Amino acid sequence: MSDANTTDETTFDAGESGPDEEFEPVQVFPEAEEMDLRPGADSCYKCSTCDTNCPVAEVDDDFPGPKFQGPEQWRLKQTDEDYDVDDSVTKCSNCMRCDSSCPSDVPLSQMHNTARGEYVREQQSKTSVEYWRNRILANYRTSSWLASYVPRLANAAMNFGPARWVMEKTMGVTSEREFPAFATETFREWWAARGGAETSRERARRARVERGVAAADGGDRVSDEDPTDRKIAYFHGCYANYNTPEVGKALVRVFEQFGYEVVVPEQGCSGTPMFANGMLDDARRHAETTVPSLSALVEEGYDAVCSCTSCSMALRQEYPELFDYDGVDEVAANTYEAVEYLRINEDLSGALSGVEVEYPDLSYHAPCHARNQGLHRQAVELFRDLEGVTVTDVGDSCSGISGTYGWKDDRYDVSMAIGEEMFEHMEAAEGTTGLTECPTCAMQMEHGTGYEIRHPLQVLETALVDA
Amino acid sequence: MAIESDVLVIGGGLAGTMAALSAAHEGANVRLTSYKQSTLRMATGLVDVLGYVDGEGPVADPFDAMDRLHAGHPYRVLGEATVRDGLALFDDSVPGYRGGHTDANALVPTHGGTVKPTARYPASVAPGVASAGGDLLLVGFETVTDFDAPLAASHLEAAGVPFGVDGVTMSFPGDLRDDAKVTRYAQALDEDERVTGGGRRIGTRQDLAERVKAKLEGHERIGFPALLGEENHDDVRADLARYLDVPVFEIPMGPPSLPGMRLEDRLFAALDASGASIDSGNPVVDYEADGDGRVDSVILDRNGSRVPYYADQFVLATGGLVGKGIESNRGGVREPIFDCHVPHPADRYDWFEDGVFDDHEFARFGVDVGRELRPREASGDPAFDNLRAAGSVVGGYDLAAEKSGAGVSIATGYEAGRRAAAEVHQ
Repeated sequence: MSDANTTDETTFDAGESGPDEEFEPVQVFPEAEEMDLRPGADSCYKCSTCDTNCPVAEVDDDFPGPKFQGPEQWRLKQTDEDYDVDDSVTKCSNCMRCDSSCPSDVPLSQMHNTARGEYVREQQSKTSVEYWRNRILANYRTSSWLASYVPRLANAAMNFGPARWVMEKTMGVTSEREFPAFATETFREWWAARGGAETSRERARRARVERGVAAADGGDRVSDEDPTDRKIAYFHGCYANYNTPEVGKALVRVFEQFGYEVVVPEQGCSGTPMFANGMLDDARRHAETTVPSLSALVEEGYDAVCSCTSCSMALRQEYPELFDYDGVDEVAANTYEAVEYLRINEDLSGALSGVEVEYPDLSYHAPCHARNQGLHRQAVELFRDLEGVTVTDVGDSCSGISGTYGWKDDRYDVSMAIGEEMFEHMEAAEGTTGLTECPTCAMQMEHGTGYEIRHPLQVLETALVDA
Repeated sequence: MAIESDVLVIGGGLAGTMAALSAAHEGANVRLTSYKQSTLRMATGLVDVLGYVDGEGPVADPFDAMDRLHAGHPYRVLGEATVRDGLALFDDSVPGYRGGHTDANALVPTHGGTVKPTARYPASVAPGVASAGGDLLLVGFETVTDFDAPLAASHLEAAGVPFGVDGVTMSFPGDLRDDAKVTRYAQALDEDERVTGGGRRIGTRQDLAERVKAKLEGHERIGFPALLGEENHDDVRADLARYLDVPVFEIPMGPPSLPGMRLEDRLFAALDASGASIDSGNPVVDYEADGDGRVDSVILDRNGSRVPYYADQFVLATGGLVGKGIESNRGGVREPIFDCHVPHPADRYDWFEDGVFDDHEFARFGVDVGRELRPREASGDPAFDNLRAAGSVVGGYDLAAEKSGAGVSIATGYEAGRRAAAEVHQ
């Protein structure tokens, strides 16, 4: 908008305003087409706290760190039209630790996501092996969707030595890691076979009556109409659907136990691997499926619940930061991580007190994205008083895999160097079973130690449903 | 009402952690919530109590000098015994600190070449205090630009310290990038990374010691910028002292500060051991009252969802103007969560003086509290029966001019936590 087409709203009549008049702010700048990251850049007072928290910078001397990737690079772009985004932005693993360290509220990960998106869109060759490798890794959902039709064959083929050698040489996908196994029955297949939402409604209704909530809140009436709105929409994401349906099943059973009806709406990938690879268009495409589907349910009184902390991170923070279509903010404000949701709405510690379980000792790793949502001590504090299980926090280091990051052959060593501290602490802790909310952290924990890894929802299932 | 505790502390700095520790020691069920990572990472790691009164000092004994503070100062309001009790809790909770053997201030050399009067200091700083005596060699590194050793040395000499001070600048062993962070230097020393020194492959520690040895020339103690390791920092210093055969110490630096991070780690470890719950990552933005003059819950904003945290007692430890516990704009000065009264002149031109180091009104902005540490309305009545304040959100003192920030945080945190827990038990 130039000065010439000033609209009525911005017309300034000096005669009507004086020192005693209320100050009336006017919109001086037009609605921007692009995100205005200036306030973020201006808030940075260069204390470097983010740099000292960056797990990549800690092990890679060539990586300039989040302060450069975010505010400094943004400023360089403003003063030099020809400035190209530095390719080091692809070394950022999108762990988002810089966000939670910044004392001045600079939206660092938003700046990184934006810069990385621009780099991929405008500078990265669309015919390069790296681009296609990243694109295939980022679109994990597509590969797993295909594989889910022939899970046994896919499992054999994906870890077939010669095939992996070829993948590394031609695509740059490290052959050091074993591909995660695809479940022979996906979560959604299980859910449908179990009778879907109908079954869940009935189970939840029975649980409510058993717990007395339906009766207590509705006088002596025990009906389907629970005034507490106990209904959730489960965003399972890709991994709990294709690889670890046991996590999804645990969620369903635990929530039903508390009297919650579960629905499993249509959904895409959360976009987490796409943001990390600068594939913002792919992420947007998936969000266009997920957001309308969830926002319709939110309007009906459902809350969205995730079992993966990166999925909940994407829905509640990255979506509203990067996309602006209808319902995005409402979905963000009504999305929760599963255990968090129960802690907020139910007396979870009360439910666990007096319960005794038989469970292996656990080494808990807090995923960086859980840390960003304030959930990094949740599992340890919750299970602290649960009889029969000992949970040891293995410290505040990053696992290093950061989704697709650790799958790239040129990032594998960095990924393992970052994970080293966690591996050492896991080895030092009692017990040989790991615990974490994040599926790719679980992958890294297993890769580095050979431990079996569980999800906190599985512990809850054992304590509350199986007991 | 699921997220619930006896005492909820808002803020993860020194005042918040001390309040939580103090309440937990009294047997309360405590939760501490902090918006971001603790700002202790910004702090020098020094614990000052009182260094200057009305611009005069450094004072020799902070406890003797408290009488000279104005009657509304938190130390005067709480009384000397409470300050001592707070320091005792700090001493019991945080290992590796020195200075508790005496009431007198130690004078610690700073990276700017001044001396700071301080009551407690990390063991890594101890050999550097003025009273330890002996000629000093300050060692700086070309790439650690926050510390100019020769300049700091000449400042110290000009300040009239009773020993010789020299400074040298050298390159750090190995091949770190020019803008490497202090944590990267610390890591090289922690892990004793192999470097080429004098044509041999040796550890970073030995290489550093050999470089310094060549410049030692009879100096009796050696000061480095505070980057001597993080995880293994006791070993790093011990190794350097052994190679050099003289005591080695650290000079506290600006943010990000390793002594601050170590203090943060120790305080949070103590808090964890006390059984307190700790929560960070989301800001407290609002509260709900029960209409009876009591806070019922505070509201955390989790990306747009408002999550209530219930408690019987609340402690506000959100920091001052820098920490954003106190906010100001052209219209006035306010405390943003509970909208507690913050006394300030109506005309904002009276908030400050012209000279940078003048006696500014704004430096003392904060909520008004009495002996109970309850924030008070303009009328003098407590805003809420179950809300207390601690640390720099409390007004009435100028922490920068007095060098009293840590001491007030410890004393008010200790007392607010203790009183909150006592009230839970009633």
